[in-house]
Amino acid sequence: MRILCAVKRVPITGGKMVLTGDAQAIETKHLGFTISPHEECGVEEAVRIVEAQGGEVVVLTLGPSEAEEQLRECMALGADRAIHLVSDEEWDAQATASALVAAVRSEEPFDLYVFGNESADAGNYQVGIRVAYALGLPVVTGLKGLSVADGRARCEQEVATGRDVYDVPLPAVVTVKEGLNLPRYPSVPAKLRANRKPVDSRPVERPDSRLEKLRLVVPAGAGKQAEVLGEGPDAAPRVVEVLQQLGVA
Amino acid sequence: MSVLAFVEPDDELSLQAVTLAESLGGDVYVVQVEGPYAPSAWAAALIEAAGEDDIVGPGSDRGNEVLAHVAARLDLPLAANVTEVRGDEVSRQRWGGTLLEEARIHANRRLLTAAPFAFAASNTVLQAQVLSPSLDDAVTVVEHVVPDTGGKVSLADAKVVVSGGRGVGSAEGFGILEELAALLDGAVGCSRVVTSAGWRPHTDQVGQTGTKVSPDLYIACGISGATQHIAGCKGAKKLLAINNDPEATIFTHADYAVIGNLHEIVPAISAELRKVRGT
Repeated sequence: MRILCAVKRVPITGGKMVLTGDAQAIETKHLGFTISPHEECGVEEAVRIVEAQGGEVVVLTLGPSEAEEQLRECMALGADRAIHLVSDEEWDAQATASALVAAVRSEEPFDLYVFGNESADAGNYQVGIRVAYALGLPVVTGLKGLSVADGRARCEQEVATGRDVYDVPLPAVVTVKEGLNLPRYPSVPAKLRANRKPVDSRPVERPDSRLEKLRLVVPAGAGKQAEVLGEGPDAAPRVVEVLQQLGVA
Repeated sequence: MSVLAFVEPDDELSLQAVTLAESLGGDVYVVQVEGPYAPSAWAAALIEAAGEDDIVGPGSDRGNEVLAHVAARLDLPLAANVTEVRGDEVSRQRWGGTLLEEARIHANRRLLTAAPFAFAASNTVLQAQVLSPSLDDAVTVVEHVVPDTGGKVSLADAKVVVSGGRGVGSAEGFGILEELAALLDGAVGCSRVVTSAGWRPHTDQVGQTGTKVSPDLYIACGISGATQHIAGCKGAKKLLAINNDPEATIFTHADYAVIGNLHEIVPAISAELRKVRGT
């Protein structure tokens, strides 16, 4: 099994959104970075499949040079090598998909292409689907369950009333959600090994955006003034009064 | 230009999408698709029905998925989870709605999904045109699995959610939250820290990458209020935060606050409930 996982470097935002002066990005001076939670589960799942069945996991990202940190994290989880499309700019979903497709086409075909259902930051819900169309492959989204055997993927998608199951032939594209698995904590030896794994860096030029970001805005509405019902367990009678007023007790 | 509004039956988010469609200025016609769910075939049918018109869908999993198929087929931009449209400019949600992006669409038609609960449900009664696409070899649902919930109220449907974060401290610590939730016929939720630590299953996680809930009351116990979590509980009608840190961000999202140790406060609330009920 050869599996490609697409990932994206995103800031760990904490409790408050603070923007840069030009309102083009989140101020990240004091923030750490990670990959989107859905994608972390995607990499973990790919590694588990290859651990069980043999093969190779390749991680692919489009991002600034610092995104190599996230590729190393993915390789510490067990991915074998990485492709890094290097650009400091933010790309829209269409351009991102085109760049990923071009990178994929430079490789031997994969059996499975794994994306996050949506990125934590931009939330466009479409890159994996666009890549599937460009490659002419079937796509199933939002997976909370995946099993791969005999050239087919059984895909479980969570819906309000349970799970919808799809069965597709490989090669295929899947987009996954957090909860698919509980990703491992990489061991120290795994992190050291990850530092020696190959990263193929390729500079890329961003085309014009067809969904052009003009500016970011922190929505109004946060900053409520909470009514303090009390301190410590002595607040319990007042809490119960409020529960009764709200009609939930 | 007219606007095709893609809707699903008995779906509040679809009625909100109709409101977005009505805000675009053109004539609105409503379309629904029958038969097994097959996003690529559904998208092909919508494209045929729409001609050159704008297409709007709900900001649900299916709405975003079908519209993404439409956009991929037409090689057009898609603005997902839109909160407002001004001509070719949109405001759309990022970070699960905790940040907005203003963006310009460079295309001769607009493909949009409506951010959940950013629009009121449309009360205009429009007869939906029903499409029945042939599936051919389209990817489609082959089986539906209904989980055994043991008769418990589900997190997404609960009127009260009692949710715990890092401050709960351990898997065992959730016992007092379970007890309060049971007294209120509610469900137990948790933050991402809790599922990452393995204290609760991911099915209990409320947040941007977990379940998005909209109960009458959300009780956040020992939750700091990271944007990841707020994205999942901002649909709650009322929020009660219990936290020992008076500076915690969660209080800026709360309607009611109790400051102190949740391990003392939560059992005290359960005891008080039993007392007033005489049980």
